[in-house]
Formats: sequence, C-alpha cells, structure tokens
Amino acid sequence: MLRLLQLELQKLLLNKTSKVLIFISFVLPFLVILLSSIKINVFGFFTLELGELGVFNFPIIWHLTTFFASQFKFFFAIVVVSMIGNEYSNKTLKQNLIDGLSKKEFILSKFYTIIFFSLVSTILIGLISLCIGLFYSSYNEFGIIIQEMNFLLGYFVKLVGFFSLCLFLGMLVKRSAFALAFLFVLYIFEWLVFWGAYEAFGSTDSAFKLKNFLPLESMYKLIDQPFQRIAMTKFPDKAELAYDYAVHWHEIVIVLGWTALFIFLSYRLLKKRDL
Amino acid sequence: MEPILTINNLTKKFGYLTAVKDLSFTINKGNVYGILGPNGSGKSTTLGIVLNVVNRTSGNFKWFDGSITTHDALKKVGAIIERPNFYPYMTAAENLKLVCKIKGVDVTKIDEKLEIVGLLERKNSKFRTYSLGMKQRLAIASALLNDPEILILDEPTNGLDPQGIHQIRQIIKEIANQGTTILLASHLLDEVEKVCSHVVVLRKGVKLYSGRVDEMISSHGFFELKCNNQKGLLDVIEKDPVFGKVKVEDDLITAFLNQPLSSEDFNKQLFKEGIVLTHLVQRKESLEEQFLQLTDNN
Repeated sequence: MLRLLQLELQKLLLNKTSKVLIFISFVLPFLVILLSSIKINVFGFFTLELGELGVFNFPIIWHLTTFFASQFKFFFAIVVVSMIGNEYSNKTLKQNLIDGLSKKEFILSKFYTIIFFSLVSTILIGLISLCIGLFYSSYNEFGIIIQEMNFLLGYFVKLVGFFSLCLFLGMLVKRSAFALAFLFVLYIFEWLVFWGAYEAFGSTDSAFKLKNFLPLESMYKLIDQPFQRIAMTKFPDKAELAYDYAVHWHEIVIVLGWTALFIFLSYRLLKKRDL
Repeated sequence: MEPILTINNLTKKFGYLTAVKDLSFTINKGNVYGILGPNGSGKSTTLGIVLNVVNRTSGNFKWFDGSITTHDALKKVGAIIERPNFYPYMTAAENLKLVCKIKGVDVTKIDEKLEIVGLLERKNSKFRTYSLGMKQRLAIASALLNDPEILILDEPTNGLDPQGIHQIRQIIKEIANQGTTILLASHLLDEVEKVCSHVVVLRKGVKLYSGRVDEMISSHGFFELKCNNQKGLLDVIEKDPVFGKVKVEDDLITAFLNQPLSSEDFNKQLFKEGIVLTHLVQRKESLEEQFLQLTDNN
C-alpha cells in the first residue's frame, strides 16, 4: 500500500501544475478561515469581527469550517482528473502496466492518494478549527468541544466520495477538461431528476428525498449549509428556521456506497479497455 | 530448453477485424527472436496481449512456467513498445526511479543502466528536453533496469536518424551477446536479419512461419555470375540439371540451384569447359527475398 502511495505521490509532487493546485486546495481554505477569524477594521467605520458573532463557538465551529473548507475541494478535483488524463495523454498508463503494475494496483494507487489527501485535509481542518475555537469559543468544556466532531468525519467522507467521482469521470473520458465538464453535466442531470420527481410526486419534499440519493446531492447533504443554523442561534424563538443539519449515518452510507461503486466502475473500465 | 513465453491459439478481434488469428509459438531462453510482418499484421497487438495492455478474445499465453500472474511475470521482463512513454516533467533519473518502484528493483541500478545507453551525463535533464533517439535509449535503459530475462522491443528504431538506428542496434547486439533473450518486432528485415536467430512471420494476424532464420526457405541458394563469354556460360548452365531457374540482367547471370554445389567445384567444372568467370558469388536468399516469397505465395 505504501509502495502504491509513494508511486502516485512522486508522480504528483514532481509535476509543477498539480503541486500548485494541491498547495492552493490546502492553503486557501485555511487562509480564508484564519483571515475571517482576525479582527478586521473596515475603514474605521466599524470593526468586523466574526468571532464576536459566536460563529467560532464550539460546537458550531466544526460545522462552519468543514462547510467552507469543502467549497475548495474543486481545486483538488482538478488534480484528480488530470492525474488520470495525464496518464492517458503521456501513455504512461500503458508503460506502467508493461513495467509490471497490475490494473488493480493502478486504480488502488490513485484511490490511496485520494484517501491520503482527504485525510491530511481533514486533520488540518480539525487542528485549525480546534485552535480558533479554543481562542474564541465562549465554551471550552471538553464535552462541548468534542460535540459534533462528526462533521470532520462527514468532511472526510465527502472529500473521498467527490474525488472518487472525479477519478471515475477521468477514467471514463480520459481527458481532464471533458471530465470536469461531465461533472457539470451530472449536476444539471441531478436537477433534471429533481424536476422530474417534482412533476411526478407533486411536492418538493419527496423530490428532494429522491435527489438525496444522487451522487452530488448526497455529498452536498453530508454537511448542510450553516447560515440558517447561525441565524437560529441569534433568534432561538423563531421555530420556522429550525432544520436538520446533523451528519446522519444514512447519509454517510449513501456516499460510501457511491464511492465504492465509482472505484469499482473505474477498475472495470480499465480492465475492459485495450490500451 | 527452458520456455520463457508460450502462446497457444491466441486470437484478438477488434469488432469485425481479426488482428491476430489462432497464433501459437514458443519463445525459449537464450535465443534472439524476430517477429516479422508488414504494418498491421498483428505484431504489436500480439505483444500488447502478452504485456497485459490488450485483452485477448480467446486462446491463452503463459510466462515462464505459468506459475505467476502476468503482472508479476512482467517484473522480470523488459519491454519497449512503439514510442518511449515517460513523464515529460520528470528528469531521466526520476523517471527511472519510478520504474524501479514499480518493478521492485533497487535504485542503484539507475546509473549503471544509463551508462550502458550513454545518457549518464544527461540524467538530470527533463525527459521533454530529450531528442527522439535519446528518448528511445532511455526506454532501453528503463527496460534493462531489472536485468530482465527477456527483452521485448517493438520497432525500436522507428523514426530514428541513421546514427540513432546504429546506436540502438549496437546496444541490442551487446545485450544479445550477454545471453539475454530478445524478442524483436519489426518490419525492417535487415534489422531482424542482423540480430535474430529465429523468426516468426505474420501476415494479417496469421502465422506463416516460425523457426530458424536460415531454414525459412528450403533452397540451396544461387550463384551470381559474370563472364566475357556469356553465351557459352549460359549453354553450360542450361544443360546442367543442377541448376533450375536462370535469370539474365544485362551482363549479370543469376542461376538458382536445385541441389547443393560448392562454388569451388562449379568453378573447376567451368574451367574445364574453357569458360573463365570474371565474377562469382554464391549466396542464399536474403531475409527480404525469403520474406517476400513467403508473403506472396500464401
């Protein structure tokens, strides 16, 4: 396993473009979160300090940081897609196989890399949230800190699922740009399904229930948007704001199911293909 | 003899097209094999199948004694197909390091093999800055990294300039002299003739011949003759049952033998008849002539 991971890391880290993209996908979200935690003086009119709003309180901070950090997953998605596209355009995939790598090992080396970077990203976001939280949060009891840390698990599963989808699309169309376009097509397709379901069932609720099973929506649903929740903390008496924001086990299972399917399909595709 | 690769009734279809049809042959240790055939005769497809990149339609093949999986067997094989494929953004040394990791070989081999192909001074240059000849030599270095039991080369001199072709051939000869089994696919016949002891001839995916190069056509060769008394010479030859077909081009006579005859005996015999030759060469058909004869007749 270590051998396969080392192989892929060498391929990625010696490539300037993917090195830059990996750097961006890791550093940018942390920079944004760090900056937002600093007191900003807006031209002397007023000071903007998000910490004062209570958004960096435990346990809500886990929700907020994982939600924002996951918006930057697109940068690493480009890396994933191009690490397949490059193997095809350089014909190095063929060479790797001839040199004695099996097709299974090839897919696994990509998958391990995805897990590796998702794990690193999760650990980093966990650490930074912990630091900011300890600095700003009004509640520092251990019991409250570890509450809702399952958002980190949700974040990890979400990244692995999304990158596995990118891996599959990369294997499917062999070209990085087309694979990214496919991602957009899939997004539209999911809304079409939603629309179709709405026409059929007659209610948005049941249409959303169906859409929650589709790959992109199920990944998005893992970590719901936190704005409404922040509003809820401000106006606790407004019942219409209440919504279900937790990371549920069935949501994780759906995304893991998709992940397994995408990896398996990538392997099947490669196995059937003449290179 | 110890078999390295055994192919049995291998067939590959691309849709309606049958690229390889019911092909069987065996590669034994220590010989230098050539796979000959015009473009599109199924050479590369056959190699692709045994190298795990093309799926077979039917039939089977086994590496060595068949006890290990194909991808593990390939770790003991060195192969170059069509074009050298490396990561353009890595240096030669980094590319070879990657191959070492795949094959499970120690990285200390890298310098040694780069030395053999004469790229040691350029080992830290990026692959994309290499010329085609250098790329091809790097591919050979890469294939040699694991000290392979068999080296497979598919059109190794394609697209190279004469100097590059010469360099590659020189390297192949040196490797062959060290006793490494080599399988060389090519449509360049003189290339195969110069290095191979055995050939497999393919046309449209069908095997026409497999065996030793010198036994490819059962003929006794021919004489090329010149003489100032051409008419007298022709009379002698046409009367002699030893000779079959006779061709005359300007002052050059080509006489094909029906049975063995040494040039010494033939010369003595002519001298007795009072005919003095100005030119006498005894030859066997070149591989090219044999090959054309084989592919035309079938």
